[in-house]
Amino acid sequence: MLLIHNGRVLDPSRNFDGPADVLIEGERIARVGPKIEAPGAERLDASGLVVAPGFIDLHCHLREPGNDPAETIESGTRAAARGGFTAVCCMPNTQPVNDNASVTRFILDRAAAVASVRVWPIGAASKGSAGEGLAEIAGMKDAGIVAVTDDGKPIATAKLLRQVMEYTRPLDLPVIEHSEDASLFAGGVMREGPTSVRLGLRGIPAATEAICVARDVQICALTGARLHVAHMSAKDSLDLVREAKRRGLPVTCEVTPHHFTLTDEDVVYDARYKMNPPLASRADREALLAGLADGSVDAIATDHAPHTQASKEVEFDRAPFGITGFETALGLALEALVHSGRLPLARLVELFTSGPARVLGKTRRIAEGEPADLTLFSTEHRWTFRAAESASKSRNTPFDGRSFRGGPMATIVAGRVVWRR
Amino acid sequence: MSFTFRHLLGTEALTRDEITFLLNQSRAFQGIQKQPLKKLATLRGKSAVLAFFETSTRTRISFGTAAARLGADTMNLQAESSSTQKGESLMDTVRTLEAMKPDVIVIRHAASGAPHFVAERLGIPVINAGDGVHEHPTQGLLDALTISDRLGRMDGLDVTIVGDILHSRVARSDIHVLSKFGCRITLCGPAMWLPPEIVQIAPNVRLEPRLDPALRGAQVVMVLRVQTERLQEPALPADEYIRLYQMTPERLALARPDALLMHPGPMIRGLEIDPAVADSPQSCVLEQVTNGVAVRMALLYLLTGGAPSGAAAG
Amino acid sequence: MPAREKTQLLNAAQTGRTIERLGHEIVEKTGEKHGIALIGIRRRGVPLAQRLAQTIRAATGAEAPIGILDITLYRDDLSLVAAHPVVQSTDIPFSVDGRDLILVDDVLFTGRTIRAAMNGLFDLGRPRRILLCVLVDRGHRELPIEATYVGRRVDTRPEDMVEVHLREIDGEDGVLLERAP
Repeated sequence: MLLIHNGRVLDPSRNFDGPADVLIEGERIARVGPKIEAPGAERLDASGLVVAPGFIDLHCHLREPGNDPAETIESGTRAAARGGFTAVCCMPNTQPVNDNASVTRFILDRAAAVASVRVWPIGAASKGSAGEGLAEIAGMKDAGIVAVTDDGKPIATAKLLRQVMEYTRPLDLPVIEHSEDASLFAGGVMREGPTSVRLGLRGIPAATEAICVARDVQICALTGARLHVAHMSAKDSLDLVREAKRRGLPVTCEVTPHHFTLTDEDVVYDARYKMNPPLASRADREALLAGLADGSVDAIATDHAPHTQASKEVEFDRAPFGITGFETALGLALEALVHSGRLPLARLVELFTSGPARVLGKTRRIAEGEPADLTLFSTEHRWTFRAAESASKSRNTPFDGRSFRGGPMATIVAGRVVWRR
Repeated sequence: MSFTFRHLLGTEALTRDEITFLLNQSRAFQGIQKQPLKKLATLRGKSAVLAFFETSTRTRISFGTAAARLGADTMNLQAESSSTQKGESLMDTVRTLEAMKPDVIVIRHAASGAPHFVAERLGIPVINAGDGVHEHPTQGLLDALTISDRLGRMDGLDVTIVGDILHSRVARSDIHVLSKFGCRITLCGPAMWLPPEIVQIAPNVRLEPRLDPALRGAQVVMVLRVQTERLQEPALPADEYIRLYQMTPERLALARPDALLMHPGPMIRGLEIDPAVADSPQSCVLEQVTNGVAVRMALLYLLTGGAPSGAAAG
Repeated sequence: MPAREKTQLLNAAQTGRTIERLGHEIVEKTGEKHGIALIGIRRRGVPLAQRLAQTIRAATGAEAPIGILDITLYRDDLSLVAAHPVVQSTDIPFSVDGRDLILVDDVLFTGRTIRAAMNGLFDLGRPRRILLCVLVDRGHRELPIEATYVGRRVDTRPEDMVEVHLREIDGEDGVLLERAP
């Protein structure tokens, strides 16, 4: 038994925000209420902390299977725990690609053995994510995937997207799209704009994303299947998603912390600023911040993409895209969204909990009988993130050395404290 | 005034005074080139590595000549460079360069920012001889020196640059240098190669896709070459380019009668430039080459001097 | 740091007269030879050369051409200085081939400046003869170089400093000796 006492329980799904204790028995929540008496229970003093439902990250790369020195399920989930995440959805672009049940089962078995947090695999939409035939989606669903995607790329053609969406609709799996027009993207390394022109780096225009989002929304309307736009970065894309929601289409979207914190003006000749979608314009960032506040954006997701130092320490053009993100996500979100006054704390918690849960067709609540996944965080504790101390095997982040006001303090998964600051 | 920079990575960060200083120093070396004996012993015992990762005969020879005339030794590091080709990584090249222990590194590379990459990791002065489409600072300086010598001034001139601006590092360096002297710069070329954002990189820059209005009133006309090796895009048919943008005597006449005609080289006679224009009295092409050696001599001289302040220019 | 003692060796009038006397000495010893030219070594050798030319013109009516020589690029101690010094231009608007030249400088000390100056002149051509005229010879030669015309010989220790002031550059004429403590 574990009693979390003196905390401020904030559960947006039940509109609850107030002092309360949470009693955990085994892997489930036994009771939630004021001043719980639980003699014999282990006690965790949550004074000054917010007790939220366990955070979910809809988008990350754990690089396993595949002998990638950049990350493993073990190291990645340890980093996720340090970021306050209790469940992470890992992308299928591994080696081999997670496009059939045995790879899915490998991931889940591995996670059961070594992971610090829950691992919910996302399966490939097409075989090998090659954009030709369908992957073994139903088989993977039985094995335990929570969504399908060809992330890293968009689903290759409108026709294939239609097939995938029609096929997954009765399976009730959302289709996650990395929306991008290949011809406009070709060879680009950062957002097209004054900075890319000044630095002499090939630019990716904003339309690259929006063109594909428009396509994806059309197919969503055609098929009625659930569409989730991954790592949305542009105002125009958000406008399309907003319009789709207004029409009642089952469209959701996520935004990464780096997209609501940095812009293309921050880019220098340092591949820690290179990711896809690239850092966008100020106007885009402003639109995303507004969308996070007004509910048009459903979730914050990290797109944690580890890469070895050697692979990133090259000329900008040649570096792979991606930055790590588990451990800085909450700190950045508090800074940009709550401390700035843009949105209330409850909404922030939604973006990390009930928002992503809804995308996956799940719930995330602090209530009797629910899985004991909790994220305890502080809105005030001052700390500095140092990449060298990260639990991830990789160091590719532009936020090394950044100081935060507020951040994760303890992570509880299935009733066990998997990390504490 | 002295040059306290450790590297020359670009012209964007140079102030007007610093550019003026560099041009004045270059003039001292122009003089040397007119002497019967052009070789000095000033940098004797010093070595310059010419690390050219993009094919370039002219710039490499220019730097090589500059080094030789100062009495310095040169080591040539020539490597094929392509973002798709597997080969020695830039990090490994950096380590190789470090082991050679040169006194100065001159680097040309297809990736914008490569000289910065090298400069950040080695305690050796780096001169950018052209990186991707970012900058070609010595070209910007030699162009300024040529203009200054021919017209006696640089302030407030009307300059028109014609060509593939989007992919031109020469254009960017020229824009940075000349705008600091209050020049009004008109950029002209096929519209898809005139990025609207480029007017934000310096003051007094405007775009004009039609050649005739772009040339009117120009005191300096710079013709860029059509780059075929950096394009990853559908090319413009040569005939289209010739029809709309080739610099002919008739077109040059639209500029001021004494307008300077400049070209960074190598020229493709009959494509971007009519041979009659290339060889006309208004053409400064040969002076640009000579001034290139002078500018590069000045930079090699200034950057190989003892204990530097540690800052990077550009 | 203890203050260095400064003594005035020549005041303005004395300096002016010494330069004048040098000019006459040149006229006397070179006779009416045409073609003799003065090469002033930057920085203070230049106004000195100009004044000598004036004296020569006044005495003979002949114009001695003046050239300006910057020896920075010929120095042998560049690797010892912190940053490479600013280079000024050399401006010798006549051919040195076959000419009699008089190198003019303010102070002759180790002789290295003159060695560098001669290297510079030989890069320009083949002078027939090079003579040397200095305002002050302070001894301590490190190379086998001697001046043909000397304004004033001064006994110094190597660590002392000799300063020549010329009105064209410093506002007034004078020669000062600064003794090291």
